[in-house]
Amino acid sequence: MAQVLGRLSDTFYRKPGLLTFLLMLPPVFWIVVVYVGSLLALLLQSFYALDDFSGVIIREFTFATYGHLLDPANRDIIVRTVLMASSVTLACAIIAFPISYFAARYARGTTKALFYLAVMMPLWSSYLVKIYAWKLILAKEGIITWIAATLHLSWLIDAILSLPSIGGPSLSISYIGTFLVFVYIWLPYMILPIQAALERVPKNLIEASADLGANPGQAFRTVILPLAFPGVIAGSIFTFSLTLGDYIVPQIVGNSRLMIGQAVYTLQGTAGDIPLAAALSVVPMVIMGIYLAVAKRLGAFDAL
Amino acid sequence: MTSAVNFTAVSRLFGNVRAVDNVTLDIAPGEFFAMLGPSGSGKTTCLRLIAGFEQPSSGNISIFGEHCEGLPPYKRNVNTVFQDYALFPHMTVGENVAYGLMIKGMARAERDAKAATALEMVKLKGYGERRPSQLSGGQRQRVALARALVNEPKVLLLDEPLGALDLKLREQMQEELKHLQKQLGITFVFVTHDQGEALSMADRVAIFNEGRIVQAGTPAEIYEKPRNRFTADFVGSSNVLSPEFSKAHGGPNQWSSLRPEKIRLKRQGEKPDTAQASARGQITSISYQGATIRIVVLANATRLVAALPAADFSAREGDLVTLVWARQSLVAMESG
Repeated sequence: MAQVLGRLSDTFYRKPGLLTFLLMLPPVFWIVVVYVGSLLALLLQSFYALDDFSGVIIREFTFATYGHLLDPANRDIIVRTVLMASSVTLACAIIAFPISYFAARYARGTTKALFYLAVMMPLWSSYLVKIYAWKLILAKEGIITWIAATLHLSWLIDAILSLPSIGGPSLSISYIGTFLVFVYIWLPYMILPIQAALERVPKNLIEASADLGANPGQAFRTVILPLAFPGVIAGSIFTFSLTLGDYIVPQIVGNSRLMIGQAVYTLQGTAGDIPLAAALSVVPMVIMGIYLAVAKRLGAFDAL
Repeated sequence: MTSAVNFTAVSRLFGNVRAVDNVTLDIAPGEFFAMLGPSGSGKTTCLRLIAGFEQPSSGNISIFGEHCEGLPPYKRNVNTVFQDYALFPHMTVGENVAYGLMIKGMARAERDAKAATALEMVKLKGYGERRPSQLSGGQRQRVALARALVNEPKVLLLDEPLGALDLKLREQMQEELKHLQKQLGITFVFVTHDQGEALSMADRVAIFNEGRIVQAGTPAEIYEKPRNRFTADFVGSSNVLSPEFSKAHGGPNQWSSLRPEKIRLKRQGEKPDTAQASARGQITSISYQGATIRIVVLANATRLVAALPAADFSAREGDLVTLVWARQSLVAMESG
């Protein structure tokens, strides 16, 4: 037995390519067959169409389903989702940057451990529990309304809720509520990449910029921010795509208007319109592709 | 005349560690000044004190007569060439060089022209569009130099700038740096742990050990008249001789230094004159070094190292030989 193992390691040593091949086989199988395969199956479905009359899927190549995406109702869903994902991403970036900056540049030892705990801990509890908790927090009978009333600030909540389109009967039944919950649950995915990027900015580059006459503000704009930008982009890929595809948050917190994820869920379930569901799920992929291309064009990955 | 850089009783403490311990020094305008010492001797901290990255715990620093207390790096008219160059990876070479001018608000056309001139000065004409990552170590070094010099600093600080280069390139850069310094007339403060580099480039050298300056002077003074064992050992190599041995062999009754290359073997039948001294002993080891041969001789229980021309050397290990040196080669030191 030992001899066989010995001979095996000799072979692997002489032919490192063989070992790499054997090690890569399962993950490559997974990626190519299971992952890319299902993606292609999805893509294929989106080129079929549903016969409106009989409700039967016609398995013939057509762009008709993609045409349906431009119907006013579907277009609204897409625009609404993209707007939501963009504002969630923007808010996450704005909130995450100072936190990450503090963690990367100033926190040491225990403070740093506490930072990681604070950022990661929400990720350990169930996503559903968190969303339902937020529904209670934001509800008309919830703690926010109560605090506002106690502080005689009910008028402020009312003013916010009476804003056109983003307002609603209560925070938990409005876009504001959906937005707040999204920002809350995706924030760690923005903080961690930005923090990692900031930690990689060498200290001597900041010293070099000060040496060359840059005050702290200028050093931040010309050195720290550009070098941390790939981290912001990485984080925004998470927050943006997670929001684009999510169907649970808007289901629980928000008004009855659909987001892409919910539409896909409904279409493939009760409506049985698999082709349109497939076409709708291609939309976030295309949007992400465009987003990455623009980010690359803007030089977001130059410092990588 | 005001000095370019003046330290008066400057100390810098990190916790309980005195990284810089009561250092007083004067660097003259236009001087090429080297700070030489082993790692952890406080030389780099001194440089960072001049640059403004560190503030002294006590004492005063002034640059061209201006007190630097509390003055941040970006308000000092000094620039630094960093040990690992610290080029901005997200900018082109040209943008790196023009960075200081951009920060000052100089118009793009003007700063681009100046950056191009600076790149030409360091022999990197036409490299402005490249990225630092596309350059070799030596080229990055030159970019770092151009980036600092383009701001026309009053004092240029160089933190082991040649440390990462290979030998040939290092020798070439030493020459170029010295030439540039002469040409521009800027005060250079150069930190190094390489004694050869310090001796060959600097007008004056300060030897650092444990946060203090143990000796400062011209390279010749440092080499010819080491004041203590540390300098004698660190700059070149030396036989540090006890007062007794020194006195018995034609020197003063003090700790003394005798450079290995000042020693030769006595020729057959030669009679040493009164200006010379000698010691007889057995060769315990011989090592070939190319141009010279180093032998270790045990004479009166004292270990003497001699560097002899390799050309006419024929002795073997175990041979009894007589070493000869001029009396004046025995240099009295203040301490052992």
